[in-house]
Parts: sequence; C-alpha cells; structure tokens
Amino acid sequence: MSPHRTGPSLPRARGVLSAGVTGYLRDEGALPDPDAARNADPYGDDLQLALYVCYELHYRGFDGVRPELEWDPPLLAVRAAMEDRFLTALRHDAPVESSLDEVLDGLLVEPVRGTGVSWFLQDRGELRHLRAYAAQRSLYHLKEADPHAWVLPRLSGRAKAGMAAIEYDEFGGGRADRVHAQLFADLMTDLGLDTTYGRYLDEGCAPMLTLVNLMSLFGLHRRLRGALVGHFAAVEITSSPASRRLADAMKRTGAGPAAEFFYTEHVEADAVHEQVVRRDVIGGLLEDEPGLAADITFGITATSFVEDRLGDRLLTDWQA
Amino acid sequence: MPNTPEHPCRITLGDEGPLLVEGPVEVTCADGSVAVSDRFVVALCMCRRSRMYPWCDTSHRRRTKPGEGPRRSAD
Repeated sequence: MSPHRTGPSLPRARGVLSAGVTGYLRDEGALPDPDAARNADPYGDDLQLALYVCYELHYRGFDGVRPELEWDPPLLAVRAAMEDRFLTALRHDAPVESSLDEVLDGLLVEPVRGTGVSWFLQDRGELRHLRAYAAQRSLYHLKEADPHAWVLPRLSGRAKAGMAAIEYDEFGGGRADRVHAQLFADLMTDLGLDTTYGRYLDEGCAPMLTLVNLMSLFGLHRRLRGALVGHFAAVEITSSPASRRLADAMKRTGAGPAAEFFYTEHVEADAVHEQVVRRDVIGGLLEDEPGLAADITFGITATSFVEDRLGDRLLTDWQA
Repeated sequence: MPNTPEHPCRITLGDEGPLLVEGPVEVTCADGSVAVSDRFVVALCMCRRSRMYPWCDTSHRRRTKPGEGPRRSAD
C-alpha cells in the first residue's frame, strides 16, 4: 500500500450492504448478496452508504482501495442491484404527473413565507445549525458540479454549449480560487469545520447520501441524461432565493466573510445559470431529443422529493 | 468573447425576468456607481427589485402566499 494517503478513509458500515462493500474494497471479504439490495430500505442508511461508496470510486476513491476496483464486474453487479432498488422507489415516490412546463412554472413561483431549511436558518439558525448544515452539505459541495460534468459528452449543440458554460462558471472560470468547491471549503473554514474531502461522510445522514447518490446515478448513466438535466435545472432554479436566505443567516450569525460570500455568489451566479439552463440546456436538449421531456420532468420531481426528505430530517433534528 | 463586428455581443430579452448580456461587462448605474462582472453571461435586473442591483437575484419571480400555488421543494 502507498505510504501516503490516496483519498478519504472508507466509512464505518451501517448494515450488511455497506459492510460487505467496504470489506470487499479492503480485500477482506465477500460482496453482499444482490438479494440483500432487493430487500433493503431504498432510502435507508445501509443501501445509501453502500451505493455512495460504490460511486465514490468514480470521483476520488478511498485510501487503500485499489483503483482497478472502480470497474470491477462483481462490484458493479451489486451496485446495479442497489441502483435498481433506488430508481424503482424514486419512480414510484416522485411520479411524473404534470407536464415539464407546469413543473418548471411551479419551481419559478416563490412563496412569501416558506417552511423549509433555508427559512429556518434565516430566521432562527444558530452557528451550531449552520455548522451541522454545512457538514452535511459538504458531501456534495466539496465536489460541486462534478456529477453534472458527466452529462457533457451526451449533449450536443446548444445544450452542450450552455451546460459547458455553466460548468465553467461552477469551476471558477479558469481560476482555482473561484472554484465553487473551493468557495465552500472557505465557508467551512469560517465555520470551524475540517475541509478535508470526505471528512464528514460518517456523519452524513441517509437523506444527504440519497441526494448525492441521485446526482451520481443520473450523471453516470447515459440513459438518464434527461433526468440529470432536470435535476440540474431544479437545483439552479431554486438556488438563488434559498442562497439569499442562507447568506442572511451567515451574516446575522457572524459566520464570516467567506461563509457569506459562498451564498451571495450563488444568488448572483444561479440567477444566470437558471436562465441558461432553461433556455439553452433544456430548450436545446428538447430540440435534439423531444422524447426526453418526461425524463427531464422526472429529474425535477425526484430532486424535489429527495430535497424535501433532507429538509424534513434536518428540521426534525433541530426542532426536537 | 471579444466584441467584434463578426461576433457582436449577444443580448437576450425574455417575456419577464432579467436582460441577459454576454460578459465580461462593466455597468454604470444611475447613481454613477460601476459594477463589473467577468461571468460568461450576466443577468441584468429589469424589475429593480434586486438586492444585488444591477444583477438579477430572481426577485422578479411571482410570489404566492401560504396555502396558494403549487407545492415545491422545501429549500
């Protein structure tokens, strides 16, 4: 084994699936039976952590895990069983019941008063809540926009150009200090958190793992490119107003300039990205492949469903 | 992208919402203040409700009171 660390540590197991997968990656045991995936809670800690670990092999990998295991056929077979369980549950729980235009219009209406996490943090959030929120969100934001880059080779023309332009902005427009993942690390420093990639995986609650897995699932499978675009649109459209509330929370609590800047940058950037993703990415993709409208809509409904579960979980924890 | 006769700066007007202008841009506001952005596209606020004027912050969006309008993500 390499004397220096080659990635984050494997997380602690949360059940038979995650124990089997992490043991296999350490070359210490057999893979779990795919039947265990078919019977698992599709949104539970065990399946979501095991799936997260499988997907992480495509991002940074884990310390002490052989890189070849990224494309290990037996591991991919177990992953496929978990993905099938997850995706089947999502299609059941986040059904497409309206047209794409109707769903987009719904996202573009802003309530005068809301009840979600960003409203709670704006009105009553204390530094301990903001730290807990940032630690959870770090599972995504330290690889912000990475899962969406996988869709680029599957797009063409206007959709590709629009998506690439947004991703360029997400990745700092050519400047390392402006990469959004770096801006989030700066926020974490302001909040006194450890910015090491993967540091808070063990603390990651099942709904947060589910959200990151949703992006990885949509990003890694070409057949789900419409859902990936829908997911991305949902994130960009809802981001600006929520980021304003979070910026206000950071300011009110004195979290620090970098913590505030991360969210004010997202207010401004995502007001642009929202326009480009609707006009060029969705508009261009539908010109090329009109049959993908339902998949794009599913990406939006699935994202709202998963985000709502995360919000409910955090608010339940904080208001207990 | 440089602003040349062959490649003029592209500006997009929609039914509602901001004016989209290819960046980088320098905007002089009515009070003489200057805002600069090197983003690939900037969204200029047209409704004048933005807290980040001259940049759009989505304040133009239609508002609903509690109990009306479609269900949406709890962000």
